[in-house]
Amino acid sequence: MPQATFRIWRGDAEGGKFVDYASEVSEGMVVLDAVHKIQAEQANDLACRWNCKAGKCGSCSAEVNGLPRLMCMTRLNDLPLDQPVTIEPMKAFPRLRDLVTDVSWNFRVKEKIKPFKPRPPDAPDGTWRMAQEDVERVQEFRKCIECFLCQNVCHVLREHQKHEEFIGPRFLVYAAALEMHPLDVEDRTQELKQAHGIGFCNITKCCTNVCPENITITDNAIIPLKERIVDNHYDPLGKLIKLFRPKT
Amino acid sequence: MPEYQTFEHDVLVIGAGGAGLRAAIEASAGGVSVGIVCKSLLGKAHTVMAEGGVAAALANVDDRDNWKVHFADTMRGGQYMNNWRMAELHAKESPDRVRELEAWGALFDRTKDGRILQRNFGGHKYPRLAHVGDRTGLEMIRTLQDHGVHRGIDVHMECTVITLLKDGERVVGAFGYERERGRFRLFKAKAIVLATGGVGRAYKITSNSWEYTGDGQALAYHAGAELIDMEFLQFHPTGMVWPPSVQGILVTEGVRGEGGVLQNKDGKRFMFDEIPDLYKNQTADTPEEGWRYCQGDKNARRPPELLTRDHVARCIVREIKAGRGSPHGGVFLDISWIKGKLPNADEHIKKKLPSMYHQFKQLADIDITKEPMEVGPTTHYMMGGVRVNGDTQMSTVPGLFAAGEVAAGLHGANRLGGNSLSDLLVFGERAGRFAAQFAREHGAGQISLAPIEDAARRALEPFERNGADAEGPYQIQHELQEMMQDLVGIVRREEEMLRALDGLQQIRKRARQVAVPGNREYNPGWHTALDLENLCTVSEAVTRAAVERRESRGAHFREDYPNKDAAAGKFNLVVRKGPDGSMQVRREPLPEMPAELKQIIEEMK
Repeated sequence: MPQATFRIWRGDAEGGKFVDYASEVSEGMVVLDAVHKIQAEQANDLACRWNCKAGKCGSCSAEVNGLPRLMCMTRLNDLPLDQPVTIEPMKAFPRLRDLVTDVSWNFRVKEKIKPFKPRPPDAPDGTWRMAQEDVERVQEFRKCIECFLCQNVCHVLREHQKHEEFIGPRFLVYAAALEMHPLDVEDRTQELKQAHGIGFCNITKCCTNVCPENITITDNAIIPLKERIVDNHYDPLGKLIKLFRPKT
Repeated sequence: MPEYQTFEHDVLVIGAGGAGLRAAIEASAGGVSVGIVCKSLLGKAHTVMAEGGVAAALANVDDRDNWKVHFADTMRGGQYMNNWRMAELHAKESPDRVRELEAWGALFDRTKDGRILQRNFGGHKYPRLAHVGDRTGLEMIRTLQDHGVHRGIDVHMECTVITLLKDGERVVGAFGYERERGRFRLFKAKAIVLATGGVGRAYKITSNSWEYTGDGQALAYHAGAELIDMEFLQFHPTGMVWPPSVQGILVTEGVRGEGGVLQNKDGKRFMFDEIPDLYKNQTADTPEEGWRYCQGDKNARRPPELLTRDHVARCIVREIKAGRGSPHGGVFLDISWIKGKLPNADEHIKKKLPSMYHQFKQLADIDITKEPMEVGPTTHYMMGGVRVNGDTQMSTVPGLFAAGEVAAGLHGANRLGGNSLSDLLVFGERAGRFAAQFAREHGAGQISLAPIEDAARRALEPFERNGADAEGPYQIQHELQEMMQDLVGIVRREEEMLRALDGLQQIRKRARQVAVPGNREYNPGWHTALDLENLCTVSEAVTRAAVERRESRGAHFREDYPNKDAAAGKFNLVVRKGPDGSMQVRREPLPEMPAELKQIIEEMK
């Protein structure tokens, strides 16, 4: 069987280095298979996250040859195997060990976003009616597997470390899914504008490019949210009308 | 004295898939403090892999459906080995549980008049599965997760429980470790809900991830609880077979629900060759009638591809063994043929089965809108597990509850597709409700130190071993998986299973000599080593029960007893730890079904 070299980052929060592992490559293998093989045969304590191995759980995010990818969906035959395949952890999050990073910030951010709040049921039996068309728009956002690759490449987080001021593309998508949910009656625009820092996004679309679920993050989620905020908070016509409306 | 952090919750839920999250939400609604432990990050549990849908007799697509039909379908699918009370509650309550998800933000596909759409699935008489394309499980877990995080539930992510702690007869706590630093954690609780899922990692070819090592079944067993129906392990008929690295990954039954057909290498639709007696009246006579069924014709009967999973898996094995399989040892599953039947079939397939399209395109270079897939059986689901009270989900150990795959009873000898997502909701809710009640009615128990010290010492031993007979954990795990696959797989024989029991003894010995390098910080080798003991326990339970059931029924197929035996159809097999520490199997008569339920089954025949 052909061999390839896998250059895997080993280390912890204090520091670390790349270690080369030679391993056999067989037909159809993905990067995660190689990591598992090395783990089983050469480095039992090599740390990585994974679960479904089918691109559905979003656990095995890493940077493969410098590109943010799910390891389980990256085929080895799409990579140049005459050179070492480098595998390293996501860079926007603190390193824990080897390929595992501390992504707990994401879970804390989500809790800060106002939860779903439905309108009263449409039918006496307590159910609602929604058109497939209206549902589909939001279903795109709900495909998100929370791999956090979009957070990882967003320069506001990755380069500028604005984790305290900006919730990142994943949670803008999450907020968009709530805001555009046909039943939701909550208003999140005030927080999006201020605490969630939507203004930091300057729509470079890096997040859209790396999304393994092909969610059109920038165009379908972030830009409409920005427009909604402008409508609610900067609408000159609305302001004018309010100005001349008799006070009640 | 080992170091550990202590946490106190009224109710501790172990496992954070659909059942665990639903239980935690309900326990929290019951006014008690709740902690939930997940082996991975929150929202990554195996529920995300569920594709086809959640079964509930909403009757949105076919108004002939109701709980009675769903009940009868579930019992027939389980070959009447089910706990009838659970099947009854499940059929009655799943519609409310599904509607409740919608109130929490889930967005199911819609009917033309704007209600929840339902699709066909194996063994369900009417279109019954509420779904979101082929990613229903993700929608469910995300809805529960997002609803749950606002309810003040303490989440312990990446944390594994290694032993349950008792005060007399009652369970009062759990002891485990967190992955990040490898530190021990003690959880004191008045009631505990197990929601740890299945045992798929005991097999080489499986749709299950690394987490599914039978933890809950083994924890309960060692705490003195009874397991039941462990011989009934579901092999899903359609897993990927090629390339080797993706072997076992699930191909949803939804493909067949949308009209996909199974063919052998000669292009023959072999599922028409053998229709079980129980289903003769409900199965299409011709491919044409089957197609009309998939298109929603209420007068048509379902195609044989939508027979129950146990039967479909066995037919596939028969074709492969007879040399009529596909090039890589499976059979063909073709959905592209509907091009001849539907305009825009390509788009239709991509819309109805997006993740299947994606999965095959990316992992196998196959475009399912143009060519057939190669599929074969994969270890998928444990029907058996912790024996529980049908109403409360409490095990035979006071204070210990179980819900979802780790619990047994609802599915009997074979589970219908779509009935697991509804199982999670219905019995997650019940387990959470009754665990909260138990916690309110009981004070905190006494936790003794000896079992904690013992568990901590044993957990750390793999780091200290470096003797000549010390081995790495992965080698031992792989050998266990190969052996269970070969000797206690889809087709079983007494003599092979006895060999497996000997083999398990050897493997258990080696597991007790396992050594791992490195330290306690996020060390998968260590975690794998600690999971071995549970894998051995559940493998032994599966094998001993399978030896004892000398007939073929549902998912349990014995080559040496290929037929159903009426006498064996009257008992469940119960596994428990004997006073001497050895595993004991005993027969227990099926509980008597009330007359009104019997009548429903008769009427639906």
